[in-house]
Parts: sequence; C-alpha cells; structure tokens
Amino acid sequence: MKKTLAALCLATALVVPGMAYARPVTITAQMNNYGGNRAYLAIYLVNANGAYDHTLYVAGSRTRYYRHLTGWLRASRGRPNISGITGASVGSGRTLKVTVDIADSLINAGYQVRVDAAAEGFRESPNEVTVPLDTRSSGRAQRGRGYIGSFKINL
Amino acid sequence: MLRKLHKIPGLIAGLLVCVLAITGGILSVMPALERAGVPALSTATPDTAVLAANIVHNFPAAEQIKRLPSGKIIVYYFDGDSPRAVQVDPATGTRRADYSRSPFVLWMTELHRSLFFNDNGRIVTALGALAMIILSLSGLVLVAKRQGGWKNLFGPVKGSGLGKLHVGVGRIAVLAFLLSSATAIYMTLAVFGIISDGLDAQPDFPYDVNGGAPMAVAELPPLQGLALQDFRELNFPYPGDPNDVFTLTTASGSGYIDQSTGKILSWLDNPPARQVYEFIYMLHTGKSLWWLGLILGAASLSVPLMLGTGGIVWWRNRRLMPKIPHNVSAQRADTIILVGSESNSTWGFARTLHQELTAKGHLVHTGPMNRLAPAYRHAERMFLFTATYGDGEAPASAKGFLKRLHALDRAFDFPVAVLGFGDRQFPKFCQYALDVSAALKQKGCTSLIKPELIDRQSAQEFLRWGQEAGAAMGEELELHHVAARPKTFRLALVSRQDFGQEVQVPTAILRFAYPRPRSWIARCFGKGAPAFQAGDLVGVLPPHSTIPRYYSLASNSSEGQLEICVRKHPGGICSSHLHSLKPGDEIEVFIKPNPAFRPARKARSIILVGAGTGVGPLAGFIRGNSRKRPMHLYFGGRDPRSDFLYWDEIKTWLEDRRLHSANVAFSRVLNRQYVQDRVLADADKLRDLIRNGAQIMVCGGREMAAGVRQALETVLAPEEKLSTAQLKAEGRYLEDVY
Repeated sequence: MKKTLAALCLATALVVPGMAYARPVTITAQMNNYGGNRAYLAIYLVNANGAYDHTLYVAGSRTRYYRHLTGWLRASRGRPNISGITGASVGSGRTLKVTVDIADSLINAGYQVRVDAAAEGFRESPNEVTVPLDTRSSGRAQRGRGYIGSFKINL
Repeated sequence: MLRKLHKIPGLIAGLLVCVLAITGGILSVMPALERAGVPALSTATPDTAVLAANIVHNFPAAEQIKRLPSGKIIVYYFDGDSPRAVQVDPATGTRRADYSRSPFVLWMTELHRSLFFNDNGRIVTALGALAMIILSLSGLVLVAKRQGGWKNLFGPVKGSGLGKLHVGVGRIAVLAFLLSSATAIYMTLAVFGIISDGLDAQPDFPYDVNGGAPMAVAELPPLQGLALQDFRELNFPYPGDPNDVFTLTTASGSGYIDQSTGKILSWLDNPPARQVYEFIYMLHTGKSLWWLGLILGAASLSVPLMLGTGGIVWWRNRRLMPKIPHNVSAQRADTIILVGSESNSTWGFARTLHQELTAKGHLVHTGPMNRLAPAYRHAERMFLFTATYGDGEAPASAKGFLKRLHALDRAFDFPVAVLGFGDRQFPKFCQYALDVSAALKQKGCTSLIKPELIDRQSAQEFLRWGQEAGAAMGEELELHHVAARPKTFRLALVSRQDFGQEVQVPTAILRFAYPRPRSWIARCFGKGAPAFQAGDLVGVLPPHSTIPRYYSLASNSSEGQLEICVRKHPGGICSSHLHSLKPGDEIEVFIKPNPAFRPARKARSIILVGAGTGVGPLAGFIRGNSRKRPMHLYFGGRDPRSDFLYWDEIKTWLEDRRLHSANVAFSRVLNRQYVQDRVLADADKLRDLIRNGAQIMVCGGREMAAGVRQALETVLAPEEKLSTAQLKAEGRYLEDVY
C-alpha cells in the first residue's frame, strides 16, 4: 500500500512540471437560430502569418462532411490531426462549450483562434469567426458571419 | 406463419409507419411545388460562365452559386457583414426573391427521417422502413394466395368490405411502398457509412496554386459551355486570398479551379457509388423527378388506410375467435373437434357443436387442426370443421394438418366426420375439406358420416348435418347455430302481389316500407337503417326462431322500399309466415351485403338469367338501370297466366329502355321450354354480347343454374378463349343460387 502511494507520488511529480507549460482555455460558441440541421464546426489555431498550426476541436464526427469545412481543410492541407478532439455537432440555437489545453508559448504570440462552420443544405462558412489568442481578447464575445451569434475564449 | 409475418410488424410498427408515410406524403409535394415557380430552360438560357459573370456583376460579394434540383439558382453573398441568399433569374442573374429554406420543410424532413432523435431516431425510422418491406412482401404473397395464384394477382378481388378494400388498394400501392422503404434503408445505411455513397472519394485538394492575379469568372474555361442543367455548385475563392481556389460541382463530378490560370487543378468524376446514391436519392425524394414524388406521396397516403383496414380486420377476426367454455384437454376428451379457419367464422360452428355435445354429457375438446395429436387416448369420434382458403388451400389454422396426418403411424381407431364451410361462388368450393376427407380415407380412417359441405354459413344446412351426425352417434343433436347476429330492425308490409297459385308455386312479391338511409356518418356508427342494393340479402327472423332465412333483395334502399320475392314452401316456417302477412304487419330483419352479386360498373351489357323467384334481384337491377345500359333478361316460369312475375313492370322497362330485350320460357304450357332453352336458342346473340364484354348474372335454383351453365358452355363452345370458368374467374359470370 505504502509502495503504491509512493509510486503514485513519484509519477505525479514527474507529470506536474510538464503541465505547467499549458493552460486550459474555455471556448464558448453560442449558435444563431438559423433553423437548419446541426452544424459542424472546426476550431483551429493559425499563427501570426495566418498559417495553420493545429486543430483545437471539431464538433461533428462524420469525417465525410469535413469537406464542407473548406478553410480548415485547406489550411491543414487536408491532414488535420483530430484524434481525441471531436465531439457532437451543434444544433441551431444551442451552445458549444469546450475546454482545451493550449501551450503558454502560443498565448499572446500573435496566434489566432479560427472557426469554420457548415450545416446540411446551408452555406459553407470558412472563417466564420476569428479571435486573437491573447489576454486582451479573453472573455470578449464576437459575432460570427452566419452561424455563430457569439463566440469567445476564456484564458 | 406468413399471416403472422404480416400481422406482427403491422401491429408493432403501425403507428411509426403511419408517421413516416404521412410526413413523406407531405414532403413529396414539395418538388412539384418548387418546380412550379421555376421557368423552363430554353436554348436562349446562357451557359454557366455567362450566368456566373452576370451574378458577379449584380452581387460582387458572391460566395457561392447553387442550382437546386428544382432548377432554382441560389446565390449566397455578403451584404456588408450580414449573409444573404437570393434566388436569381437564370437568364439574367438578377434577383427574383430572397431565398431561405422553409422552416416547415426542414421540420417535416427532420421528423420524417429521425423523429427529432438524430442517429437513434434514424435507426428507428429505418426499422420502420424494414417493417414496411416485411409488410409489403408478406402482404403481396398473401394477396397472391387469396387470389388463387400470381397470375390472378390483379384479377377481380373477391370478398367484401374492408378486407376487399385492403387487398384492392394494397396490391397497387405495394410497389410504391417497396420503392420508398427500400430506398429509405439504403439512405440510412449510407448515412451511417455502412454502404458507400461515394462521398468519401473527393478530388485531391490543391495546396499549390499559381497565386497570380485572379481571372474574370466569365473567362474560366471549365464554366464555358457548361450547360445550366449540368451545373450544380460553384464556390468562389475567399476574397483577397491568392492561395484559394474555385470549387466546381457538376452533374458528373467535382474539382478545383485555379483562380488565376482557370486551369482545373484536380478533378474527380463521380464514382459509381455516388451515381447510385444520387439515383436512389432522387427515387426516394422525388427531387428532380417531381411526378414520381407525387405518385409515391399519393401511395404513402394510403398507408393509414391500409393500417386502419388491416387493423380492423385483425380485430374482427380476433373477436370472432370464441372462448370455448368447458374445453377438455385433448387426451381426456371422448369427442375431438378440430377447426380449420381463416377468418374464424368456422369456430362459431365448432362452438355450437361443442356446447350441444357438452350438454349431452360428453367430454369435448376443441382446437385448431394444426394441433392434430398423434394419438387421442379416450377419443371415440372426431369432427373436422374446415373452411378453404384461396384456390383450394388450407386455411390458417389448418396449414400443417395434412403433414401431421401423413406423419401418423396408423389410422385413428375412431371414426372421423368432415364438414366443409365455403361459398359456392368461389372456384374450388370447399376444396380443402374434400382434400382432407380424401387424405383421411387414404390413411385408412373410417368416417362417421359422409363429408358434407356448408354453403355461406347456412344455419339450416348445419342443423340438418347435425341431425345426421347425431343419428350416426345414436343421439339427437339439435345444432342451432346463431352467427353473431347483427342488429335487427322492424319493417311493415306495404303491399303484396300474388302469383303462381294455379301452378303449385305460390309466390309473392312483398314490398316493405324502408326508412331512407341516414347520412354515411350515422351509418358508420351503426345508426339508422343500412343502405342496400338489389342483390344484397335480407335476413328475416320468423317469430320464435333464432335462425334467420335469407332472401335476395329486389330493390335498392334509395327507392324507399324493401322488396323481396318469396315462394311458399310446404312446411317452410319463414316463407309461410311471410305469405301470411297483411299490409301493416311487421317483420324483424337485418341486411347482409352481398357484393359478390352486383352488376359490374365496367360491363358493357348485362345478361340476366333467372327462374321463379330468382328474377327478384334481376328485376331490382333493371329498375335501378337509370343509365339505360343494355340489359337482356331471360326468365323462366311455369305458366304465363299464373306465375309471370313482374309482367307489368317488364313491359314498362322495355318501353323506357331500361331493359333491351326479354326472353321468357314456360314449362307447363304446350311448347314447354326452360330458360336454358331460350339461352341456347339465342346462342349467336349471346356469344356476340359476351365477346364484347357482357356480364352474366344468374339467379335461381341450383338445378336451373347448372342447366344454364351447361347451356352457356355450349353457346361458348365455338369461342376458343371463352368459357364459363374463365368468365367466372374474371368476375363476369356471377351466380346467386339456392
């Protein structure tokens, strides 16, 4: 028993320093009442030059519909790494709230959070909304182009 | 088994299937409505390049152009910050109307495909479609059996009422049901990725582009010469992004276009899986095939009807299955009654026998024929009561009987009596009962009494059979069978005409006052006197009797009179009672529809053959012939001076052309003739009429009907393709005999 406890302590000690370099960021997307089927959203990071960095979260699990998230697909050159960061698509009028870990080094470094959106039978919306990943923008709601009524990140 | 396969999904998934059908029916109208607002494409319509250029001119911020299956062209663009969608004129690219997807259609679509439960809902609706397929296929096989084979599938439907409606509608709508449900299952499987819909294959995304200055959209080579009906979708590059591309989708495939060179960077023709998907999608939704949508929609609206009629028929059959009191176990009983029944009416007769024998102190077991046991320890006799299904096949509760019988080691050591139930109007009357009887004989079983056949649930014939069976058992059996008796009402005699006293066939035409039938709503709820037509039956209950006697009706209820033609039989309780009536006297009656004996709407002309009182319903048909379509009457009596029924009326009908010709034959005069002799004498004329689509209706005694059938066989002998059997199968030779 004591041995297990000791091993556990040791393991945590090894892990915790690593965690110190990332921080949880809450992303909230409140959808408009656009009246259609559930929307697919791709939330990803681009660097100061607008180049794709990595994907934070994808709402919608059927990969065959990803082709409608054109901006994201193009930016990631069709090979986004999304393992473990997908969830359900978001209904009209609903709210998506997810927490992701983002490395400290990317915050306040000119990076931006970008969202692509699409829903069956509706327009594709690349660059639905873009928010700078910095402390100044934290908690400030922004409107999307079509699907998203209010979008914010909380650092 | 098959019946269960039809019944169980119907009962379980009925409501679900109804919801799917009704929502589907509503959605099916949309493609036709959408299409109605779209101008037809003409040669003057520009190609896609010109249209795109026009649109860019009118909407510089256009993001996407779509052509909907209805032909509508939709442009998505940004007006400052707010997204807009407009429908444009394909010829000019100018705005026609704002476009938004109808919330009603979206709502209905979602209900139709997932009941608002997303993936779980889609699984449920797919199961509903599966239930529909099982219902359709099992129903189709059942109809084929009922009709006596696949070749008769679309022949006239026998039977009456709801069952007939169910079969008549179902056999036509079944194709649409199968198409809708099979395509629905395919689409669900495609959504879940179990079947490929070809969407996985996409053109390679071009990451490397020229990056130069963008080209005018009108000059993009892939759009030039692309006919509008082949165009599907064009996505514009993101403004100001030189690395972005045009995305083009056409009827044949999709690909990416470099915005500065106009070259196709990558292209993928629709894979076969995609073409299959689009075809099936079109079949299911009717999009771009609006007329099919309307057909499927109309068919789907018959689903609630099918469910309702099917459910009511099921409920009726279930209710008819009697609970048999004092039912002893098979191995304890001294008398075994086994029942082969399709609609369960035969059970009622079994119960009557069961009750009578039990009252006489027997231990009786009653069960379905399918439960034939290999041995009965204490049995002293067995009764087999069986109906016949379709073309001489076993009814539902006897399907496995013959197999079980063959499997027996040896014959039963007790005698067996077979009683068949059927309707002489169907081909192969009581065939299954005869087959059972033959199989028993082959097995070496002794018979208690010779097999007997009961026509149309006749209580009299059953009573007579009971007396014979009782005699064979050395007992007295009084089997007073009362079929679930309909509600009766009382009618008062208005007038009577008497004939035939002098030639020993006292016959009376009796006319009773009949209340005008109430509205059909009242009738639905069993209120008011029912409507009837000539040829239907009236059940008369003589005083102190529970067994009704049936008479063919010689009038329509719309005439406000109920007319019957009754011959007094020596010792006949009911006919004597009717003959004793004076105007004002009342009788107790109910109406029993007889749709199997009615002039066909489509028949070009009608040949009516009757003798004695058999002329009654024929007179009713003639009187109701306000359309004056050709009717030809052959009537047989004994002596024109005494029993020429309807003589005065026939003269009037000939004058006003309700009747085209009348031929009469009398058997107690100098040149004695029977009605079949008149038929033979008119052979050429009759052959001609029959060849041209005449219907033949025969009413009267059994012997007369047999004589007429033989005569017509002779008349038709020169015709290779016509015979009475053939005409019967087509519903063009109807008999009402007694």
